Amino acid sequence: MLLQVFYLVYLWLNFLDMGLFYHIGKYFLLLKRVFAKPEKLNVYYKETLKEIQKLGINSMGIVAIISVFMGAVITIQTAYNTENPLLPTYLIGLGARDSILLEFSSTIVALILAGKIGSNIASEIGTMRVTEQIDALEIMGVNSASYLILPKIVASVIFAPFLTLLSMLIGITGGWLAGVLAGVVTTENYVYGIQYAFNPFYITYSLIKIVVFAFLITTISAYHGYNSYGGSLEVGKSSTKAVVHSSIFILLFNLILTQLLLS
Amino acid sequence: MIEVKNVYKSFENTDVLKDINVVFEQGKTNLIIGQSGSGKTVLLKSIVGLHDVNKGEIIFGDTVFNRLNFGLKKEMRKKMGMLFQGSALFDSSTVEENVMFPLDMFTDMSYSDKRERANECLKRVNIINANNLYPSEISGGMQKRVAIARAIALNPKYLFCDEPNSGLDPKTSIVIDNLIKEITIEYNMTTIINTHDMNSVMEIGDKVIFIYKGEKWWEGTKDDIFNTNNNELNGFIFASKLSQKIKELGAKK
Repeated sequence: MLLQVFYLVYLWLNFLDMGLFYHIGKYFLLLKRVFAKPEKLNVYYKETLKEIQKLGINSMGIVAIISVFMGAVITIQTAYNTENPLLPTYLIGLGARDSILLEFSSTIVALILAGKIGSNIASEIGTMRVTEQIDALEIMGVNSASYLILPKIVASVIFAPFLTLLSMLIGITGGWLAGVLAGVVTTENYVYGIQYAFNPFYITYSLIKIVVFAFLITTISAYHGYNSYGGSLEVGKSSTKAVVHSSIFILLFNLILTQLLLS
Repeated sequence: MIEVKNVYKSFENTDVLKDINVVFEQGKTNLIIGQSGSGKTVLLKSIVGLHDVNKGEIIFGDTVFNRLNFGLKKEMRKKMGMLFQGSALFDSSTVEENVMFPLDMFTDMSYSDKRERANECLKRVNIINANNLYPSEISGGMQKRVAIARAIALNPKYLFCDEPNSGLDPKTSIVIDNLIKEITIEYNMTTIINTHDMNSVMEIGDKVIFIYKGEKWWEGTKDDIFNTNNNELNGFIFASKLSQKIKELGAKK
């Protein structure tokens, strides 16, 4: 037992030695620069609108596709698990609703966004770093960290809740379609189920989570992109790291927020 | 005027710059020459503050630039323009938007005034009818000229060029060199150019500094350069067979 504890301590120390504190410190120093006073508010405003288009509106398609299939699969799986004739079929709607509202439309959508916009942000900023565009901004006297990252954070934090709401709506609709077409639930029972014992806080909880996740995805990906050095190979590595680290932190904060908000 | 005083710079355990002392004069094109890996780019990036020096001073006029805080450095940088080796134009912006960028960030000019100034700068570097093209849609030489236009948009006092001729054919290189020279005189700027192109040295080298293994090895004008007894400098200048041939022909005459 004691040996195992020592081994775990040894592994943990090795993990710290890999520069965990160095990266955390560097990440917060970057955030300090990001949240410095912007040089020109109207330039940042225009950039934010562009980012809303790029990171938010352009993600609606993928979120819609994932949500419809997610809703459909959850409904069929719930139906499969509630085949007992003693269980009312409206439970299928209820189960699908709760799964979609509580977990899928926030966490799964966030994981998808980590792949889509996380890699996009890391590769865009990383390419700007290796092609000296960030140096060019610095030479001009522009706070490059703030100019490049702040509009992305604002855009994703503002738009991600809309994506989650969209995902909830489409997911529940997808569930209804699949349920009715597969003949596992009637429209009446499904609608009754999604209305049964509805707690509006589930939506608030989901929106709080997605705001935190959006912030994590944007800042972690921007951090990796901003600290890319070398060439295209390093940009690719940064992009991968951005997705992996964002996903890990999404899962970690999912646990923390769930414990804080639902326990 | 820019003065570099006793500058040292190292990365981890490697000394890249060792006791560099040099004065770059206003209204002149000051060239830093040397082999690849000699420390030219590190020196240029140290002067503009992209690298922090370990020791020494970088003085712009009367201001010790490397001792300024982040905010004051930012203010100082508004007086600088820089042309990067790969042009460093913003990929997602058009040619016109690239040149307008510093005006957007640091002036309260109206949109039409900014466009007028951007077009004035583009015209100055002979870029016509390319305003709406993206950097990927124009040639390397044009990209360099657009980068020069962006660098001069705010009427800078200092212009820095990192290997402005890399990747360009000799004819286009001469066009870029002459453009930098003309702009330096026109705006009375202090211009520092990093190069290993001997054509540039002969075209525009008002003052030439030779960096060898991180140290300033030689300083003079383009006229002095062929009469020097400095072995390292001669080795650098006459590295190619063509230049050796020219030297031999010169000696025969």
